Amino acid sequence: MYKNIIIVGGGIAGMAAAAALSEIGMEVTVLEREKLPGGHVRSWDRLFPTLRAAKEVLDFLNKSLGLLTEIICDIEVGSIVPTPGGYTIHCTNGDIFTTGCLVLATGYDLFDARKKEEYGFGIYENVITSADLEKIFREGNQVTTCGGQVPRRVGIIHCVGSRDEKVGNIYCSKVCCVTGVKQAIEIRQMLPDCEIFSFYMDLRMYDRHFEELYFEAQQKWNVNFIRGRLSECAENPDHSIILKTEDTLTGHPLKLTVDLVVLLVGFVPGSSARKITGSLGLLQGTDGFLLPADEHTAGNRTLLPGVFLAGAVKGPACVVDTIADGRATAVEVYRYMKHSEVAK
Amino acid sequence: MIHFGYGVMADATTDYDRNDRRIAEYLLEHEPSVNLCIGCGSCTAACSTGRMVEFNIRRLHTLIRRGETLKLKKEIMKCMFCGKCQLVCPRGVNLRNVILTINRALEQTG
Amino acid sequence: MINFNLFVLPFFLGLIYVVFAIGRSWYRWIRSLPASDKVRLTTMFRQPRQVLLALGEVCTEALLHRRMWKRNPLLGYMHMSFALGWFLLIVCGNLESRYYSGSHLNAPYYPIFLKFFIHDRLVIFFEVFSVPGFFRFLMDLLLLFVLSGLVLAMVKRKRSKWFGLKRTAEFQLTDVVSLTCLWLIFPMRLLAESFTAGYYGSGGGFLTQSLGNLVMTVMPFTSEYIPYSMWWGYSLVLGLFFITLPYTRYMHIPTEVLLIFFRHAGIRPKKWYSGFSDAEVLACSRCGVCIDVCPLNEAGIVDAQAVYFIRGLRDQYVPESVSRMCLLCGRCQEACPVGLHTDSLRLIKRRELVSGQETDFSWLASAAPGPVALETRHIPRQAEVAYFAGCMSHLTPAVIRSMRRIMDQAGINWVQLDEDGSVCCGRPLMVAGKDTQASQLMEFNKNQVLATGARLLVTSCPICYRVFREDYNLPVRIQHHSQFILDLVKTGKIPLQAHFRKVAYHDPCDLGRGSGVYEAPRELLTKIADLVEVGQDAHNAQCCGGSLGIFTATQEQRNDMAAAALDVLLENQPEVLATACPLCKKTFAKQSPVPVKDIAELVCDAMPNPVYCSASGQSRRAGSYAT
Repeated sequence: MYKNIIIVGGGIAGMAAAAALSEIGMEVTVLEREKLPGGHVRSWDRLFPTLRAAKEVLDFLNKSLGLLTEIICDIEVGSIVPTPGGYTIHCTNGDIFTTGCLVLATGYDLFDARKKEEYGFGIYENVITSADLEKIFREGNQVTTCGGQVPRRVGIIHCVGSRDEKVGNIYCSKVCCVTGVKQAIEIRQMLPDCEIFSFYMDLRMYDRHFEELYFEAQQKWNVNFIRGRLSECAENPDHSIILKTEDTLTGHPLKLTVDLVVLLVGFVPGSSARKITGSLGLLQGTDGFLLPADEHTAGNRTLLPGVFLAGAVKGPACVVDTIADGRATAVEVYRYMKHSEVAK
Repeated sequence: MIHFGYGVMADATTDYDRNDRRIAEYLLEHEPSVNLCIGCGSCTAACSTGRMVEFNIRRLHTLIRRGETLKLKKEIMKCMFCGKCQLVCPRGVNLRNVILTINRALEQTG
Repeated sequence: MINFNLFVLPFFLGLIYVVFAIGRSWYRWIRSLPASDKVRLTTMFRQPRQVLLALGEVCTEALLHRRMWKRNPLLGYMHMSFALGWFLLIVCGNLESRYYSGSHLNAPYYPIFLKFFIHDRLVIFFEVFSVPGFFRFLMDLLLLFVLSGLVLAMVKRKRSKWFGLKRTAEFQLTDVVSLTCLWLIFPMRLLAESFTAGYYGSGGGFLTQSLGNLVMTVMPFTSEYIPYSMWWGYSLVLGLFFITLPYTRYMHIPTEVLLIFFRHAGIRPKKWYSGFSDAEVLACSRCGVCIDVCPLNEAGIVDAQAVYFIRGLRDQYVPESVSRMCLLCGRCQEACPVGLHTDSLRLIKRRELVSGQETDFSWLASAAPGPVALETRHIPRQAEVAYFAGCMSHLTPAVIRSMRRIMDQAGINWVQLDEDGSVCCGRPLMVAGKDTQASQLMEFNKNQVLATGARLLVTSCPICYRVFREDYNLPVRIQHHSQFILDLVKTGKIPLQAHFRKVAYHDPCDLGRGSGVYEAPRELLTKIADLVEVGQDAHNAQCCGGSLGIFTATQEQRNDMAAAALDVLLENQPEVLATACPLCKKTFAKQSPVPVKDIAELVCDAMPNPVYCSASGQSRRAGSYAT
């Protein structure tokens, strides 16, 4: 029987799971594709709804990893093959790991906004994504247009790549709504004279303190929320962007020129998860994310013995839920290991 | 002409109990995708006609589904069928057929 | 009266009936043709060359089934053996009967039942070199030829895949009756002739005499009523086949001949149902070739293919949804061995469906700024080239942007007619059946084009391109951007530098089959990329499924069609999928694992130092206004 547990993916779900497992005395190896663990959260500046720094959360997770956790970075899993009593993990650099217990915490990818061509990302220089904006914040840079000017008006576009049958994703990415509100506030904090227009279909402020943040955005930061989905963008000679939408609350088409457009890109199933699913035969939902054995009662288990799922590999999730889910996985893994030892 | 039996202030209220929903029912039967609409307004925003003249396709088919069909015929006739609305709809509503079906229903209900 | 027997009556009456019925139909169709088409028809008959050409096509298509052969040799042989074999049986039978009767004029049934009438005339068995012996040999050979086709027809019902058909047309009851008769005709002839030859010990050829002798050896019979009843049977199935023929798919046999003459006279499909449409509908043999090529199969739609639609037209019952369940991609039209205008027929039906519906484009006249402020809207200024991007291209801004850069690079004085959104070209209305209404939009756009004084109209959308060419009657040259850019490259106005690896090209339906533009995009692409082979391309290219021609397909069904088309396009692992239509681009981009790019984008990317012009305006002002 293998004693070592392997966690594929060193994002916050993988880290939370590793921390919890090492704390209860289990040996864990985390395989991370990037140079450092932390996943997408490494690219975020501040987290909703409290606007605390993302780095604080990462530091906490890093510190809690414990002595029994080994993190191997810069390593990519090529395939996972079931063997008698366990699994063999083949990495692209030739390394091979064997284990009896495997946690898939491979996360998600961001929607490629170029697929939504009418929104002009990759065509018009003043169209950026929420991830680009987050990077600007994190690196402490000024938000500017492509010409280096301070934008007077910024358009924030909700549901880019989510809830959109035309790109093949009809699911909701859950966190973009509140991210949009958060980023609107952040831009206003940075540029007090800049007008913000948020274009939304529905604002899904589903979690604790989300609605309050929305309230604050309206009350304190005077963000304009316009209920209408963007149909297309055009570019003016001065590179400013014309947004075309319907103001559905007045029932009239609306045209608005902004200096900068931020597309709130959603979650799509991770490319690494797709590769592994192929070799392991794990089930996918209609949205392409991995399915647990039972969505209500076995949310971290799969139908394969010793294979567990943690975090956004199962679909869009916020940081709070992802960390909680990583820890929940640790409990499931512990139970599984204990039972298999008893059986031995 | 359908007699709606409204009072003076009839236009102010959608009287779902008394409205004529025949067109709505015909539409739902022949093009059920219309039910997928979430009222995002992409269709109206993209509309080639609506850019030049008062014509709001989202509002139109929503009104029809509520049984408000009075001023409909004049309005729906402005559509050019270019299909942009259908190409931007995030819910996959088959809008060109929605309009054809409404036309058909108007023809049949007089 | 020697050469008569009661049994010929079923055949004879059937023949009279079918000749009458066909004649009546032909008369009706010709009478209902528009006057101009009637003139065409009479003009043709005054030109022997045209008549000969038409007769030639009758031979190659109605008898030899050339197009069927091209489709699948087995299928071609099957159809040819029936048509040519039967035809030659009639011709040779007539020649043969002359020898016996000594007259050129024989009753129509005489050659058909010749072997009955001459059973007592002893001819040396298998003497090929005498005239009667030669005919006997020939007639038996032809009968064998037809029977071989019959065997194939039976095999086809079970193993249609061998004939290149995955699916075949569903039968109707009348078809089954008629088919049974048709299948029985030649075996009955074989039996009648063999039994007669066997019983009388003479009169047969190598096939019938041998079979007859064999029967007499195995189970000798003494009653002459046995062969006689066979003749009755033969006559009966022939008669029944003739009587049912006008009401079944077999009406296609005589109708195709008329249709070929119609076509050679220059008669083309009209916007409304006419005698020509009747001829097309009845010329459909329901061979089923159109079923397999139809992209709707990929979406599990199996009742709207051309063969079923045309059958519905004939039965005067087509569900509205079937009329509208067609991509108008033209793939079936391309494959149809009879050359039927399947798309035109579908459009005729759609026109009928919406004939009572009105549109109101009076707002075009005022062109008053609507709810959207139209401050940028301008009356087109004078330019050499008028560029019309098209409604859909506004959702693929990369295409418009590339076109602007290319035109600026080439130093062209251009103007975009639909910079701030288009008035639709009219074709989407036309495919809904609203041609008259579309003419108002066309008038508007026509005036827009003329106001620029441009000599060339360029469009990025194949749908627009097709309607501009077919219906606008514009006094200016019209090009799709693939042709336009190719000309610019050829005249050295656009330097190309970069080269792309492995590009697959998808033919948009309205550009390829619709307008016959296959070469320009390919030639252009080969200058900047290595084209990979695509299994089904050019005339046989799959539709992307995004077509505006279809109304009743659901989004899922469209997705299925796109996925199937992508499978074919990506078979040889291209790195980029190129197309030349904004609608195809958007449809594929939804599902394609590789980037989908318009041909204009690829050219733009291949230019070394494109003039920087990020949108409408600035460099155009600097560059083009000056010229």
